[in-house]
Amino acid sequence: MNDLVKRSGRGIYVQGNDIDTDRIIPARFLKCVTFDELGPALFYDERFDTQDVSKGHILDAPAHQGASVMISDANFGCGSSREHAPQALQKFGFEVIIAESFAEIFQGNCTTLGMPCLVMDKAQRKALASLVGHHPDAEFLIDLQAQTLTFANERFSFTMKDSSREAFLTGRYDPLDELLVAHEAIQAVAARLHYSDQSG
Amino acid sequence: MAKNLYQKVWADHLVGPLENGQFQVFMGLHLIHEVTSPQAFGMLKAEGRHVFHPGRTFATVDHIIPTDDQRRPFSDPMAERMMAVLSDATEMHGIEFFQPNSGSQGIVHVVGPELGLTQPGITICCGDSHTSTHGAFGCIALGIGTSQVRDVLASQTLAMDPLKVRRIEVTGQLAPGVTAKDVTLHIIRILGVNGGVGYAYEYAGDVIDVMTMEERMTVCNMSIEGGARCGYINPDQTTFEYLKGRERVPSGAGFEQAVIRWAGYASDPDASYDDVVVIDGSAIEPTVTWGVTPGQALGISERIPDPAAAEGLDQELMTDALRYMQLEADAPIKGTKVDVAFIGSCTNGRLSDFQAVAAAIQGYKVAPDVRAIAVPGSVRCAAPEEEGLADIFKDAGFEWRLAGCSMCLAMNADKLVGDEVCASSSNRNFMGRQGSSSGRTILMSPIMVAAAAIQGAVADAREVFQLEKTS
Repeated sequence: MNDLVKRSGRGIYVQGNDIDTDRIIPARFLKCVTFDELGPALFYDERFDTQDVSKGHILDAPAHQGASVMISDANFGCGSSREHAPQALQKFGFEVIIAESFAEIFQGNCTTLGMPCLVMDKAQRKALASLVGHHPDAEFLIDLQAQTLTFANERFSFTMKDSSREAFLTGRYDPLDELLVAHEAIQAVAARLHYSDQSG
Repeated sequence: MAKNLYQKVWADHLVGPLENGQFQVFMGLHLIHEVTSPQAFGMLKAEGRHVFHPGRTFATVDHIIPTDDQRRPFSDPMAERMMAVLSDATEMHGIEFFQPNSGSQGIVHVVGPELGLTQPGITICCGDSHTSTHGAFGCIALGIGTSQVRDVLASQTLAMDPLKVRRIEVTGQLAPGVTAKDVTLHIIRILGVNGGVGYAYEYAGDVIDVMTMEERMTVCNMSIEGGARCGYINPDQTTFEYLKGRERVPSGAGFEQAVIRWAGYASDPDASYDDVVVIDGSAIEPTVTWGVTPGQALGISERIPDPAAAEGLDQELMTDALRYMQLEADAPIKGTKVDVAFIGSCTNGRLSDFQAVAAAIQGYKVAPDVRAIAVPGSVRCAAPEEEGLADIFKDAGFEWRLAGCSMCLAMNADKLVGDEVCASSSNRNFMGRQGSSSGRTILMSPIMVAAAAIQGAVADAREVFQLEKTS
């Protein structure tokens, strides 16, 4: 078993359905040629007013500093394909996201970055969110193999997209090396397809 | 066995299975732009990799480009830097780049079809969620993240999970003044903003069949707003006629052969689907949004819904949306004051969109307190400026800008200020989307934006322009 399978860390609940990638990282922060500086811009317009004064968002609550597990609600990460969104979450310090459901491109981007997206039903998530609020210092123990999560002596279950879970279990969440192995098969498909030459 | 288009294209482009249960799929066309791709070139460099097939990747600049003055260096130093990085990378790797002075620059999803790069039966990907637009041609077109842009640059393939296919049949005939944008907003309203997760949408039915390619692109463009990663329409005579004579499409005998090949990708009549939804097109009204997701939409004659009728988080979502939008439950949406009108974007920034509006607005003036801007999706669709298109917009009180994404996502200087309300032909009404953290967006068709601009408030274009009489 590799060290990707078992995760631990403290949690935070960021409430809301349909939290879109523009909220996770407003477009003006996309003006960059690397992802390195994105962490502080996470949820910027929800956390700060136009004068950069804190609005007291839960991400800035002292009790939750250093949290690495984010819990949210349905359709998390909808909208744009911008990898800036999961990059900002990761650079801010998050390693695992739990939600009722995820937008597809966002979920794929998270997997490639080594950040598992855990799907948890509403009843369990509600209970977990409440516990996290009462126990900001308590540690999550997450097992991707067993698909279980333990927190404050309570046990929860989750699901994952099969291919994503498998990627973590095998330690191959970045597919590129495997894609490149198929060099000859790629050439064969390219040769078989009758694409017209489009070069100008 | 009978197959649908998605299954045919998948089978043709399949390289093989991967260890984690995904599949490796060949990407025929890769489109890149300055926001999501420079980082991928950085990753390639850091990992010591090279571009596998530069001839299958094409670049344009759209998100950050100014729409007032596009001379280099751009006035925004960070925009200039992004442009420079993309320019250098494409030059180094031998990738064709449609620069602002090339005569072909524009929004990536406008440029691809215009040039004829987008063709039936191919796979397309781009680091942009609205890549679904290209599916209008009967191809599988996917938005991807930057790490996947790297994967495609390095291998010309992607690791993918197969999607299910939902056929959405829009039956009947649209009423006069009802457009493709109204159809797509209506579909998202019914199926929800996450109803399409895990699906490719196949749009079909009489309403889709009689649409132009531009209208089909508007419908497919918004697939992602319904949670579907891609949407497509089976290729037909309309598709082939659009492609004929385009710059990157074969001509003569090559074209005839291509048409036979393309037609073969259309879903077989007895193909099976994971889901089928039938929607009555004749019942669709001009549709606008009232909230902060594209699914929070209503017909122009309807009243804003009351959160009291909803439950749990839905109720909270609606309440939050109304608070953000500063709108009242149960009030009519018609008459909502607007400050800004924006016509443009990859959803509705094509030549035909501007032509349709130009045909209606002659003799009308934008309301004095409304800032109205028209931003062509590409240099080519701005080209008929000599034909008087720009003058018609200017005479009516619109600013006529240079090509780019502009106020759809406000990465350049085109932004809302404070809590301005924008009647917008774009695709997302998310909080803060148009460049102000309290800015408010009401999505609608271009002709509805024009009507709102003239009235200074959300209006029914059919009444403002007497569309029912003239159509």
